[in-house]
Amino acid sequence: MERHVLIVFPHPDDESFTVSGTAASHLQSGTPVTYACLTMGQLGRNLGNPPFANRITLPAIRRAELDASCAAIGITDLRILGFHDKMIEFEDRELLDGKLRELIEELNPSLILTFHPLYSVHPDHDACGAAVVRVVEAMKPSDRPKVHTVAFAKGHERALGPADVQVDITLFLEQKVGSIKAHKSQFHTDPVFEGHSIHDPVLRERFATEKFWTYKFDPHPKKRG
Amino acid sequence: MLPIQPQAVQELLDKLKDRELYLHLELTNGAYTFERDRSKLVASNMIRNVKVSYSHGSISGSGPYRVGLKMPEGWIYAEGLTHYEESETEKAVLAGNDRDGKLVVSLMLSSEPF
Repeated sequence: MERHVLIVFPHPDDESFTVSGTAASHLQSGTPVTYACLTMGQLGRNLGNPPFANRITLPAIRRAELDASCAAIGITDLRILGFHDKMIEFEDRELLDGKLRELIEELNPSLILTFHPLYSVHPDHDACGAAVVRVVEAMKPSDRPKVHTVAFAKGHERALGPADVQVDITLFLEQKVGSIKAHKSQFHTDPVFEGHSIHDPVLRERFATEKFWTYKFDPHPKKRG
Repeated sequence: MLPIQPQAVQELLDKLKDRELYLHLELTNGAYTFERDRSKLVASNMIRNVKVSYSHGSISGSGPYRVGLKMPEGWIYAEGLTHYEESETEKAVLAGNDRDGKLVVSLMLSSEPF
């Protein structure tokens, strides 16, 4: 059993397809889960179809959707870090890493779930994973939490091998589908909205396993100048 | 947002001219474009909360629409605009959304920063 699980993603909705079932399973076994979301996804391209959001209203709408997603999963500790969508890779690293370091010091998580710094497609995803890795790598090896990364870029399995952590979340499909459905402005074209029940084999096939790659830190890191 | 009514947008552009305004101009084909089709390029840009002022602004085309704003020493231009926020009377909130409802282009002007 984990001591505390910290989820770090850049956009509201990044949690739904990736970690929502795993988070629900940790919560059920009594492990506290904190979700740190770096941005409000204010540059998201999905606005509903026909559009019910616009560039001005989108951040507030996505904030409400994120609250609903957390409620569906059971997450009560949500931290909004206030960075700007699509700008994570350009952000002042001291500021970004400092916020993550503070969180890790406060929560002392035994496990962090985030994106892989190289195989996560969106520049914000990669930059988010890279920031987590930088902060954890700078810790004393014995103090480091495990870092389980989500990867999905083409060729990620060729590069990383098969996922070494595969979580069966069959018992938490309701939470996962609830999280996906909470992001109405973002996933309105997903087949999950076509009225499949969580007992539908199509849904189970697609969602029953969440895959992670454990980030391998150098056990004896050299001090960086 | 509603499909653009060019007359309403033109009236708004006329109303906002010669004012000091904050501009948000953005074009994107989506961060997943290359992942879906390796022959394509992910391309996007954004300029946000830069102060501008234009002396003449107009909308043209028959949908999707184009907007050009003439400034003392340059131009602001956007093509592919399909929707406008009808509830905004002191701001121009224009967007070009594709068939799936995904935003491709955004042009906004306001006297307050976004």
